[in-house]
Amino acid sequence: MRRIPRGMAVAVGAGLLLAACSSGTTDTTTGGATSPATETATESATPSESATDAAPVRGNEDLVIWTDDTHLAAMQAVADTYAAANGITVGVQAVTDTRAAFITANQAGNGPDVLVGAHDWIGQLVQNGAIDPLQLPADQVAKYSPTAIKAVTYDSQLYGLPYGVESLALFCNKSVVGDTTFATLDDAIAAGQKAVDAGTVESALNLPVGENGDAYHMEPLFTSAGGYLFGKDADGNYNPNDLGLDSPGGLAAAKKIGELGEKGQNVLRTSISSDNNISLFADGKAACMISGPWALNDVRKGLGNDGYTLQPIPGFKGMNPAQPFMGAQAFYVASKGKNKSFAQDFIINGVNNVDAMTTLYEKANLPPAMTAVRDSIQQDNPDFAVIAQAAEKADPMPAIPAMAEVWQPLGVAYADIVAGKDPEQSMKDAATAIRTAIAGS
Amino acid sequence: MSHTTQTHPPARTARPARGGGTTRPLPLLVKVLGLGIVAALAVLVTPPLIAQQRWGFLGVFWGVVALLAAVYATKRAVPAKYLVPGVLFLSLLVVYPILMTFQLSTTNYGDGTRTPKEVTISRIIASAAFQGDNARRFTLEVGTTGTVDTGPYTFFLVDQASGDAYAGTEDGLEPLPTDATVTDGRVTDVPGYTMLTKQQINRLSQSGGPLAGFTVPTGESSVITAQGFQAVELTSPLVYDQATDSFTDTRTGDVYTPQRVGDRSYFTDANGARLSSQSWGESIGLDNYKRIFTDATISKNFLGIFAWTVLFAVASVGLSFLLGLVLAVTLNDARMRGQKLYRSILLLPYAIPGFISLMVWSSFYNTDFGLFNELLGTHVNWLGSTALARIAVILTNLWMGFPYMFLVCTGALQAVPSELKEAASIDGASGFTQFRKVTFPLVLVAVAPLLVASFAFNFNNFNAIQLLTEGGPFSASDPTAGGTDILISFTYRLAFGTSAQQIGFASAISVILFILTGVLAAIQFRGTRVLEDVN
Repeated sequence: MRRIPRGMAVAVGAGLLLAACSSGTTDTTTGGATSPATETATESATPSESATDAAPVRGNEDLVIWTDDTHLAAMQAVADTYAAANGITVGVQAVTDTRAAFITANQAGNGPDVLVGAHDWIGQLVQNGAIDPLQLPADQVAKYSPTAIKAVTYDSQLYGLPYGVESLALFCNKSVVGDTTFATLDDAIAAGQKAVDAGTVESALNLPVGENGDAYHMEPLFTSAGGYLFGKDADGNYNPNDLGLDSPGGLAAAKKIGELGEKGQNVLRTSISSDNNISLFADGKAACMISGPWALNDVRKGLGNDGYTLQPIPGFKGMNPAQPFMGAQAFYVASKGKNKSFAQDFIINGVNNVDAMTTLYEKANLPPAMTAVRDSIQQDNPDFAVIAQAAEKADPMPAIPAMAEVWQPLGVAYADIVAGKDPEQSMKDAATAIRTAIAGS
Repeated sequence: MSHTTQTHPPARTARPARGGGTTRPLPLLVKVLGLGIVAALAVLVTPPLIAQQRWGFLGVFWGVVALLAAVYATKRAVPAKYLVPGVLFLSLLVVYPILMTFQLSTTNYGDGTRTPKEVTISRIIASAAFQGDNARRFTLEVGTTGTVDTGPYTFFLVDQASGDAYAGTEDGLEPLPTDATVTDGRVTDVPGYTMLTKQQINRLSQSGGPLAGFTVPTGESSVITAQGFQAVELTSPLVYDQATDSFTDTRTGDVYTPQRVGDRSYFTDANGARLSSQSWGESIGLDNYKRIFTDATISKNFLGIFAWTVLFAVASVGLSFLLGLVLAVTLNDARMRGQKLYRSILLLPYAIPGFISLMVWSSFYNTDFGLFNELLGTHVNWLGSTALARIAVILTNLWMGFPYMFLVCTGALQAVPSELKEAASIDGASGFTQFRKVTFPLVLVAVAPLLVASFAFNFNNFNAIQLLTEGGPFSASDPTAGGTDILISFTYRLAFGTSAQQIGFASAISVILFILTGVLAAIQFRGTRVLEDVN
């Protein structure tokens, strides 16, 4: 016990290192594990587990669908209907970190037949050869919101069938700023600022920034003030070589954001992040907030069903309309799925109809992408109608792989600008970093 | 009772004579069961491994079984009986992952390079096929004149627009035999053919099945292919030429050849436009290691982050040990009242799950709504500047770590014999001298290996960084490395962060990290040997 042989000491040290390593890579920020198919993509750091072992285990049914746990019930409902109609068995699995898990599992031949997920995954999925194009006749494509179809179209090919859309919108607290529809964002900020000056609330307009920035939530302000992320080619596909951050419009927008920041009007602050954005508003501490349909439950709980107003985000006075990112949730055919025929048939026939889309809308709690369903809910769910309307006007979030290089640097630039650093320089720095990253990949 | 006492003595005397072999029933049973289970496991995994043609794994599995049998079923190799389990687990949990990580670090594996080149080429062709302006869509039934599983197969198609019906084979499209029955726009019966069910079509279309890739040519570059239980006419604009390794787009005449960018190649035309964002996996030797040491931004970041990682680990261990020791010494004094109560309270941080307290602490540092600024009446952006964020991280990690140190120091203190202290005080040593010369060295002997372990843990304390600051603050000009990034969080972002995954490259960093920590641990264990000589 006195002396540990040196060789063994090194081995013990290495063991400890490894234990520390593995705990580091598996416990990711999400923390919660909801299904047996969870500790997935992050583990692919250790190659022994990258392929067959760590990937979630695919079920043995005739049709296997992977989704995340928030959409599980909706998928189960439409899948059961399809299974009964075709006399097959179907398994719906909720997989956390669905996209990364899917890419790994599909590659290893253990993936599902159908994947359900956000449209901005498409770029990475196609880059990894993980999904097949979907061949749908034009008259059926026409039944969906054109923006949603634009979202699931990549390299001029349709890759997914959209069922839900989401977009940011402007929430305001009725008891603070009244039951008003604001024509410009400046009006909303002015009304909120009045309440801040009077001491009724702490924030005029909540918009998550945080220390590391949030390029998703800043997009409506950036576009309204004249900026754009990626230009488009003649076919409407995003062009990764046309980055608009440091274009004259982009720099002007950066300046405008700086004016709203901590050294200016102090409307935008790094102390408001995605952690407290919704809770501050729901607690009545903010006059207005920019957020999406996912905030509705908390807002209703906090302010009451009639305590808030919801409208598409208006633009700045005398500037462009605000264009938040539009997101679509869609079905995809896995490229290495075992039961491709059923997968394709499930998407083309099983969910591509009003009944299934209505079920999905009801259970997934998402504004629908099919126009007929959207029109039918106008009366009983005005909030969703507003979000769907906002999504229609919005621009799909770019799905190109280059977009992955944008989030972090642009977010950091926004955080710096909001904190009071030189807007033009921050924006130029971010643009340089993003261009370098895109060129190197 | 008397019966057992009679049988035992002979059994005991017999044991040494047989050289340690076991004849008692229970150990024998355990041994047989244990080896049986191992053998059964190996038998269990054999068919799937053969099916997947993983001969290496199969060999290793049976090798281990043979080894275990040789060691435990015989009376030879007594030292091996003790060493084999440890060595096996060491190989499985340490050596094998590191070897695999190293192997991965010599490839460009990551986003866009997951597939081999042939697969990438076929994916590019498949993704480019499109429905032309007059593309026809058909209902699809499949029939065969032979058996269901072997074919030959015929697609029976009814045009959904015109209602024209066809029979399609791999030779092309022909009119439907006149004696066939068409009901509701579907071919339901053709004399001489067995019609396949949906389940059969699905099964035969699986990868490697006879219907996978079955197409009916209708023109020079157009085919009819199945989409679920329908069929659609697709035009493929791309032609791949193996000899020149190039794609030609028949619509525009553009030629795409592989062009290298960084660690991978893309099919690119003369103007630099890429045909697809899909590249393919390749072995790239030690390029990833070269990149660590030559790429200016990375090597600059690597050194800075390494220095901060060491500082972070040393500060975390040192401060929490210091605080834990002071508290332990204070509470170890017999004159102290309510020792147990204080000890329980001090252990509370240890009882709360780490990631919860980290998230809570993260909110404490908020500029406008955080606890610190509210208590202190200040308006400091704690996580906004590198220096403050580092202090915040170390402070939080101190809070997370001191209960453990308090616990082990308390234990070590109580093991110090009181006679030693008495002897010291008789010799005239003051309280502090007693502690410095007698108690502390003895405590250190017991605690030093734990300090080394704690250092190794904090060196890779991913959670503390990721949950508090996510590595931030970042600067817009260098968004890959944040102010509080330690090596493991930096690596994590490179491999799995928001931008494209570079798993091969991250593996190279992991290997370097492994070597670094191993060397540091070895040096530290050397240091602790000096301490042990004190005793």
